[in-house]
Amino acid sequence: MSERLSTLMPARLRPLIWPLIALAALLLFNGLFTEGFARITIKDGHVYGSLVDILKLSSRVMLVSLGMTLVIATAGVDLSVGAVVAIAGSVAAKLIVQQQIGLPMALAATSGLCLVLGAWNGTLVGWLGVQPIVATLILMVAGRGIAQLLAGGQIITVESSGFSFIAGGHFLGLPFPVTMVALMLLLTVALTRGTALGLFIEAVGNNETAALFAGVNPRAVKMFAYAFTGLCSGMAGIIEASDIKAADANNAGLYLELDVILAVVIGGTPLNGGRFDLAGSLVGALIIQTLTTTIKMRGVPVEYTLVVKAVVVLVICLAQSPELRKLLLQRRASA
Amino acid sequence: MRNKILTVAAALTGALCLTAVRSDSAEAAGTTGGKGSDRKTITVGFSQIGAESGWRTAETKSIRSEAARRGVNLKFSDAQQKQENQIKALGAFIAQKVDAIILAPVVEAGWEPMDFVAEGKMAGEWLAGKLNGKGNVVELQGTPGAAPALDRKKGFEEALKNHPAVRIIKSQTGEFTRAKGKEVMEAFLKGAQGGGTKINAVYAHNDDMALGAIQAIEEAGLKPGTDIIVVSIDGIKPAFEAMLAGKLNCTVECNPLLGPAAFDAVEAVLAGRPLPKKSVVRDRIFEQSVAKEVIGSREY
Repeated sequence: MSERLSTLMPARLRPLIWPLIALAALLLFNGLFTEGFARITIKDGHVYGSLVDILKLSSRVMLVSLGMTLVIATAGVDLSVGAVVAIAGSVAAKLIVQQQIGLPMALAATSGLCLVLGAWNGTLVGWLGVQPIVATLILMVAGRGIAQLLAGGQIITVESSGFSFIAGGHFLGLPFPVTMVALMLLLTVALTRGTALGLFIEAVGNNETAALFAGVNPRAVKMFAYAFTGLCSGMAGIIEASDIKAADANNAGLYLELDVILAVVIGGTPLNGGRFDLAGSLVGALIIQTLTTTIKMRGVPVEYTLVVKAVVVLVICLAQSPELRKLLLQRRASA
Repeated sequence: MRNKILTVAAALTGALCLTAVRSDSAEAAGTTGGKGSDRKTITVGFSQIGAESGWRTAETKSIRSEAARRGVNLKFSDAQQKQENQIKALGAFIAQKVDAIILAPVVEAGWEPMDFVAEGKMAGEWLAGKLNGKGNVVELQGTPGAAPALDRKKGFEEALKNHPAVRIIKSQTGEFTRAKGKEVMEAFLKGAQGGGTKINAVYAHNDDMALGAIQAIEEAGLKPGTDIIVVSIDGIKPAFEAMLAGKLNCTVECNPLLGPAAFDAVEAVLAGRPLPKKSVVRDRIFEQSVAKEVIGSREY
């Protein structure tokens, strides 16, 4: 049935079918059984409801997953994204509260710094040939320490209406982070599909040596992917700090790397690289956040939360496995 | 030369254990300062849970500054929220022949029971009074399995046993952080709105989660502190600021400035003076009316 269904879809959407079915199933379940989930009202000129919360809360994972998708497509991985989120929050808060430089300058400086942090990963992986897990683990561990040092172990509260607009404001009736994700998605698609860059990334992920002999510079390609991920993480960090109007270096972005990698994988980008699906990663991020919100709204006892989450993710991953589907079809045919 | 290890295991306050490692002779304590002075420098190991909240930072600061004031050689170890790290740290302290160990336990199981229950009880009693014995409460729990989370939940539920019309309608973990506290409260508010139930009050296991919940309530177009009563535990400075702004109704203080009391106990043990098995720093309850007078004295 699924084969027939997928032939009805445009070719570009075909790989997305399983993540989309999973998301639709989650939304349907909630719409039917979770009180207040589907309710959307207009409050002060913008939409308000659980679905809007899901969009807003998943924006961080979505932003970072854009960069992570490219990194994973080069057959790499970036574990440092959560730490970069924490650094971005601390730096932005420090610049605004303690240095009192203007908001645009503070945001530009923070983004620039995160780009540099990403480039550091890119240098280790691309130029020095350090394995991606090891290279980014360094920043993952050290980065949170740096963020805590910057914040002096305290939570820095930021009282700035401009800063709180980033996560709390609205544009076209939707939370502002949604606009940021849309713009970054457009930029990423334009860079990777509008130019040959996407092809280069896939080539490096498929076979680095072959790509090199074909005239692709794997170092530059990797540098781009990691630096871009640094930038995305920085933006996510700014959103996270803006959301609670404070920089919490101990908890901002904690375990974010795991959610992001999961979103990318659920979205259909294989961990061994060679191809990527940006839209799939965003759907993956939406699935994860919908799941989290579902658990919170349905009052699943705290002790069961992680198990419930794991079971749903397992089911989604199994549904995506072509081997398992083939096995089931064969059994049905022979029966 | 053999070290006699005295496990005094004094639960100081809700959060500290003190273990004195006593040496038979001065030279056994290899870390002593000496330098010919009569009074030897004592060395104390402090094993902290981590730095998950402002409260912990304040506790660490208090221990550190008190050690500096008394000229104690302090060895600090951060367990990063893991019990196994803490066990390793204790082993290392004993190997380094410290005179005493101060311990802020990660998990309750295996260590001394603490007095977080009393805090939960105080918050529950206060809230039941404020609600005139009737209302719907949502609870923001701390990190699952952590002693403060388990006991603050237990104490709160115990207090509510006498007030059957005060019901806990939802309870989820906000992991002691502002961001998660806000996220969970957003979900609670939408669920309640859709189901037609009214949330009368929020009980948060720490101030940071309450501060997050306050933002969620405001974004829902409601007035925290008026439309929804907010009560939490810890008594950190931002909580007093929120009380001054009328957004937080009450916080139960669990005083992190344990340094002086901890070192009094250390010196008592080392001098061979008797020490009560358990010394508890009194927790207090602060309402909006006193916030203005108290905020100036807040160090954390």
